[in-house]
Amino acid sequence: MAKSSSKTKSAAKSRSRKPGLERDELLNFYKDMLLIRRFEEKAGQMYGMGLIGGFCHLYIGQEAVVVGMQAGLSDKDTVITTYRDHGHMLACGMDPRGVMAELMGRRGGYSKGKGGSMHMFSTEKNFFGGHGIVGANVPLGTGIAFSHMYRGNGAVSLTYFGDGAVNQGQVYESFNMAALWRLPVIYVIENNRYGMGTSIERASANTDLYMRGSAYGIPGETVDGMDVMAVREAGAKALAQVRAGKGPLILEMQTYRYRGHSMSDPAKYRSKEEVLKMRTEKDPIETQRKLILDGDHAGEADLKEIDREVKLLVTEAAEYAQHSPEPDVAELYTDVLVEV
Amino acid sequence: MPALSPTMTDGTLAKWLKTEGEAVAAGDVIAEIETDKATMEIEAADEGVLGKILVPEGTENVAVNTPIAVLLEEGEDAGALSNGAAAAAPSAAPVVEAVSAPVAPVAATIPAEAVYAGPTTRLSVREALRDAMAEEMRRDDDVFLMGEEVAQYQGAYKVSQGLLEEFGERRVIDTPITEHGFTGLGVGAAFAGLKPIIEFMTFNFAMQAIDQIINSAAKTHYMSGGQLTCQAVFRGPNGAASRVGAQHSQCYASWYAHCPGMKVVTPYSAADAKGLLKAAIRDPNPVIFLENELLYGQSFDVPTEEDHVVPLGKAKILREGGDVTIVAFSIMVGRALEAADALAGEGINAEVIDLRTLRPLDTETIVNSVKKTNRLVAVEEGWPFAGIGSEMAALMMEQAFDWLDAPVARVTGADVPMPYAANLERLALPQTQNIIDAAKAVSYRS
Repeated sequence: MAKSSSKTKSAAKSRSRKPGLERDELLNFYKDMLLIRRFEEKAGQMYGMGLIGGFCHLYIGQEAVVVGMQAGLSDKDTVITTYRDHGHMLACGMDPRGVMAELMGRRGGYSKGKGGSMHMFSTEKNFFGGHGIVGANVPLGTGIAFSHMYRGNGAVSLTYFGDGAVNQGQVYESFNMAALWRLPVIYVIENNRYGMGTSIERASANTDLYMRGSAYGIPGETVDGMDVMAVREAGAKALAQVRAGKGPLILEMQTYRYRGHSMSDPAKYRSKEEVLKMRTEKDPIETQRKLILDGDHAGEADLKEIDREVKLLVTEAAEYAQHSPEPDVAELYTDVLVEV
Repeated sequence: MPALSPTMTDGTLAKWLKTEGEAVAAGDVIAEIETDKATMEIEAADEGVLGKILVPEGTENVAVNTPIAVLLEEGEDAGALSNGAAAAAPSAAPVVEAVSAPVAPVAATIPAEAVYAGPTTRLSVREALRDAMAEEMRRDDDVFLMGEEVAQYQGAYKVSQGLLEEFGERRVIDTPITEHGFTGLGVGAAFAGLKPIIEFMTFNFAMQAIDQIINSAAKTHYMSGGQLTCQAVFRGPNGAASRVGAQHSQCYASWYAHCPGMKVVTPYSAADAKGLLKAAIRDPNPVIFLENELLYGQSFDVPTEEDHVVPLGKAKILREGGDVTIVAFSIMVGRALEAADALAGEGINAEVIDLRTLRPLDTETIVNSVKKTNRLVAVEEGWPFAGIGSEMAALMMEQAFDWLDAPVARVTGADVPMPYAANLERLALPQTQNIIDAAKAVSYRS
């Protein structure tokens, strides 16, 4: 973490050195993270009401990772992730209404109600899912990077996965091919310290996950994933390197999820104090709020206005979803195959 | 009472952590709930004042969605409480209209290819497959071939001979020995719009990659509500070769044919190998293309027409007969034809159907044949339990029951891992004589 705290400092320094850059960016980051936070809280509430079924993995606490990474992406870059995917979709610009409707299994959802929380996609926003098998999206993201290389389109594949997935064999099969063929892929490891109920110390012989590509010569860096400015800076640097044709990179985001693994997880494997400490000392939204206020980029009233806008977006999403009908029963048999 | 797991129907309100009149902020833990799995803390979804507790602590079997307390918003007072419970009740899920369950669509009849009477050339199955790939790669730059030893080595079984020379290393790609990884990579490339041909040195090795084939390739079109497609062909030799033992001798036909979201193709002749592979490469769906090593070297007449494409999903009657129907696929078609020759010598005219595609299955051709012959023998190299023959038996029960004059007979591989010893291996695989015996049995001839 020594490395990451120096990053925070350099982000703070650059703020004072680069006037003008920031106001919009700082406020946008704040808004985007807050949208994810409020959306996930609403999803938890809807789950409690029985309106969302099955598994529901909330992203609360990890917001800075996707918001900071997304800031550096161009229109042609692509994103793929695992099952804790609501934040990634919102960060990609997908409509909160369509995401919430999918969580509820409704017609207006991104997958017409047939995918659910873990299986949503948007070809329009270059978001390739939403995958439920731990580790399986890593070869898929590597394949998307392969398509970028094949087409020579200059795009980068952002492939997210967690500290649980890093021990899957197919991750290393992917690292090998990505390095061998110098594919334009950034592997973003969201290390939230627990693979379901098992801490990284209990699951990984070496917990420096950014080093996991070293056998293949893939450079890695650890980043304070609770600080959106640090993530943005690391992301921008990584994207520039990959776009320059230097091959794959690993960014290990030190992050934390406040909630259990899924809605039914009481998270007894960690202490309340640990959670409280992260929430009070490292919360990405509070950190950003402080940065904005202390730097006098905006006042309390401006932030309150953003809070209000976000709350409205989330309320609308929940309203839309609840009023969207369930899929037509005829949809049971559609989309199995592309008809020819 | 919130639902806290996919299966929870009620819970116990173990403990209140806030009292009436106390202010709460969004995210404050207000109570503890015991579910069937665990004790969970529940948090306030909004800020306000805890106006009234409706379910006292210690109450058991509180149904999900029962209001447990009223939270007063800023400006509301206790006077609002008379209607509070009703206001706190969540909006219910929309009423589901009573509808009859949808019926699985019946596949439209796929027209057979036109009868070809033009010139032919003698080609091995190996050459026919290579020609199919080369023609499709010339036609479409998005098509590429990847797999172990497909490029510089020219293919472990020389199926991709000459392709590297013609198309270069951008489109003919030697992969490391890493089936799970390169299959997932190919599927990801297909999601992004490319059209990979993913070669497995044998389908035995594809078991390492079966998660990517089923969970990623076959299901994503459905799970995405039709947004993503996976135009990929997974091909390579399937089934027993010769004396390579249990781990290298297995038929995967029924494994893949079981799964919706894919097509499964099993050619026998070189003409079909070429025409079906071209169709598979053009098909916008994932296609499992099961070849057979022992057939690679066999030669057949192949049309020399410029674009020889055989439609997926259409069986072919290779020999007409009125006494018994024999269905087979891949290498077993040859044995079925040998059996039919022998049976003719004994006065039994067998109709031999090459299934060619297992999913979608051409049920019409099979059923129509049995309506004529009233007898069915299903031949496959794979194991009997839940095999393709089992599916044939089910098909007969459902669609041809009244036409059957004898129970369906299955000729299958023995229900054992493949032995190595030559005599045992021969016993484990269906032989021509087994087919002859089965055809006679259903004809009540000895």
